[in-house]
Amino acid sequence: MSTTAVAAPGTAAPRRRTRLTERARSERKLAAILIAPAAIVMLAVTVYPIVTTIVLSLQRADLRFPGANKWVGLDNYKAVLTAPVWWSSVAHTVIITVIAVAFQFLFGMLLALAMHRTLVARGLFRSIALIPYAIVAVVAAYSWNYAWSLSNGGWIPHLLGLSSDPLSSTFGNYVAVIITEIWKNTPFMALLLLAGLALVPDDLQEAAKVDGATAWQRFWRITFPLMKPAILVALLFRTLDEFRIFDVIYIFNQGAQGTESISMLNYSTLLDRLNLGLGSAVSVLLFLLVALIAFVFIKGLGAAATPGK
Amino acid sequence: MSQHTRQLTGWWAIFLVVIVCSLVPVAWIVSLSLKTPASATDGSFIPHHWTLSNYSQIFSTGIFTDALRNSIGIGLISTALAVILACAAAYAVARLDFPGKRAFLAISLAVAMFPQISLVGPLYNLWRQIGLYDTWPGLIIPYMTFALPLSIWVLSSFFREIPWELEQAAQVDGATPFQAFTKVIAPLAIPGIVTTFILVFIICWNDFIFAISLTSTTNAETVPAAIAQFPGTSQFTQPIGDIAAAAVVVTVPVMVLVLLFQRRIVAGLTAGAVKG
Repeated sequence: MSTTAVAAPGTAAPRRRTRLTERARSERKLAAILIAPAAIVMLAVTVYPIVTTIVLSLQRADLRFPGANKWVGLDNYKAVLTAPVWWSSVAHTVIITVIAVAFQFLFGMLLALAMHRTLVARGLFRSIALIPYAIVAVVAAYSWNYAWSLSNGGWIPHLLGLSSDPLSSTFGNYVAVIITEIWKNTPFMALLLLAGLALVPDDLQEAAKVDGATAWQRFWRITFPLMKPAILVALLFRTLDEFRIFDVIYIFNQGAQGTESISMLNYSTLLDRLNLGLGSAVSVLLFLLVALIAFVFIKGLGAAATPGK
Repeated sequence: MSQHTRQLTGWWAIFLVVIVCSLVPVAWIVSLSLKTPASATDGSFIPHHWTLSNYSQIFSTGIFTDALRNSIGIGLISTALAVILACAAAYAVARLDFPGKRAFLAISLAVAMFPQISLVGPLYNLWRQIGLYDTWPGLIIPYMTFALPLSIWVLSSFFREIPWELEQAAQVDGATPFQAFTKVIAPLAIPGIVTTFILVFIICWNDFIFAISLTSTTNAETVPAAIAQFPGTSQFTQPIGDIAAAAVVVTVPVMVLVLLFQRRIVAGLTAGAVKG
């Protein structure tokens, strides 16, 4: 690794041009060698499945009837897009994503401000705040599931004095699943926002303070605009992740109780019903939705970054 | 009260709120794991009848101990492979000028955003055909792949911060290139590598979707997948005590990592986010 650094200083003026290109060439060669393994792994493990998924989505392919594969064009897509179960899973996913990300943003921002400014026990404060981030999602889901379940003796119905099991209603399931997601992912949101807060210069805050700006004004007029790119990155990461929600719903009810997300539907079509054709069509549609969300955010990010320049 | 004391009281109040919010679900699962089976559903936050039998129960069955072995082995190998590949790539991204750098970063961003469930079907199929279904490599390959983007972003942001001129300075002072690397550069790079290792290990340790789809027996089942399939005493009763005890055991390592390496985790994720 030290070879490039040693060859770096190109001082001899007359031969500079050739030496630079030579150096550039060897630099490119080294770079190619260094990035090749990672690039090959990422492409091999994702491109092959993407291609097979697209191919399968155009076939009638059912593992229960092997050998009966047949090209059916866009029939699988037609079947998925006309199925109420697809549209309801999209609706469930959108509801969970929007509410969970909104609260993660609100609490994440408060947590980030607290982590940034805290005067007491900074290290311990941050460690404890980070614990939900590190906890296994399945564990978080079980803890919250048992906490809400009346029949399993949860503390929440006990505390609220509920007489019917919250987990027997759709509304109760949504509340419980969304709270689990908020609890688990707020720390990560806070860390991404903390990165943005660190970019806001302290002297700017001080100057505004001297000029008589209130804390509220300082946040909205200085901190918030300067953090905008970091906020968009945080929202992008969390939205994409939330949109793929699977673990918590699987543990709660495997998509019963009207909470089936797109990933859950995809999983049950592929691995329970073993219908690879329909399941692959769902995969492709999910992939397109994720790409669309990413595209919208990245456009927004570009727009947010340019006026600053 | 002076303004300072008032401020401090306010901070302690915030601290208390954060402690309660973060730790109540953890305390609840610990409490469940310590309740006797008969009192598991009594709805009390603090156990009335304490027992360690849930722990001895899960450690006496192969399902959990094998899953623990699989989780640790698969997690460490996937993490090590991802970090090694990412170190090389991140060095190139941070230090070298080459065409296709943007394309490479775009690919890794795309992999990070990829809906993993879309891979499950084809991998399930392929793994069954080539004999990787329900094996360690069958999980290591997807874990390593999905850990690479984060590893590359975090490591390259760390590598950009290293003052590489020091290497030449050391050589001017008479160090050999090997000494310059091991005595000057490596110590500066190691904190970033350790941070990345921890972040990636947490991701692999947490995975559920691949574990539940690509394994079926104690051969390769990791703890999250095994917990979700603990057998109850009947079809309609959940083995709450077993699940809670297993959940506590699988939570302890990540809690320890967070408490010990909080500063590094924060630095790693915030650095990655800013540069990303």
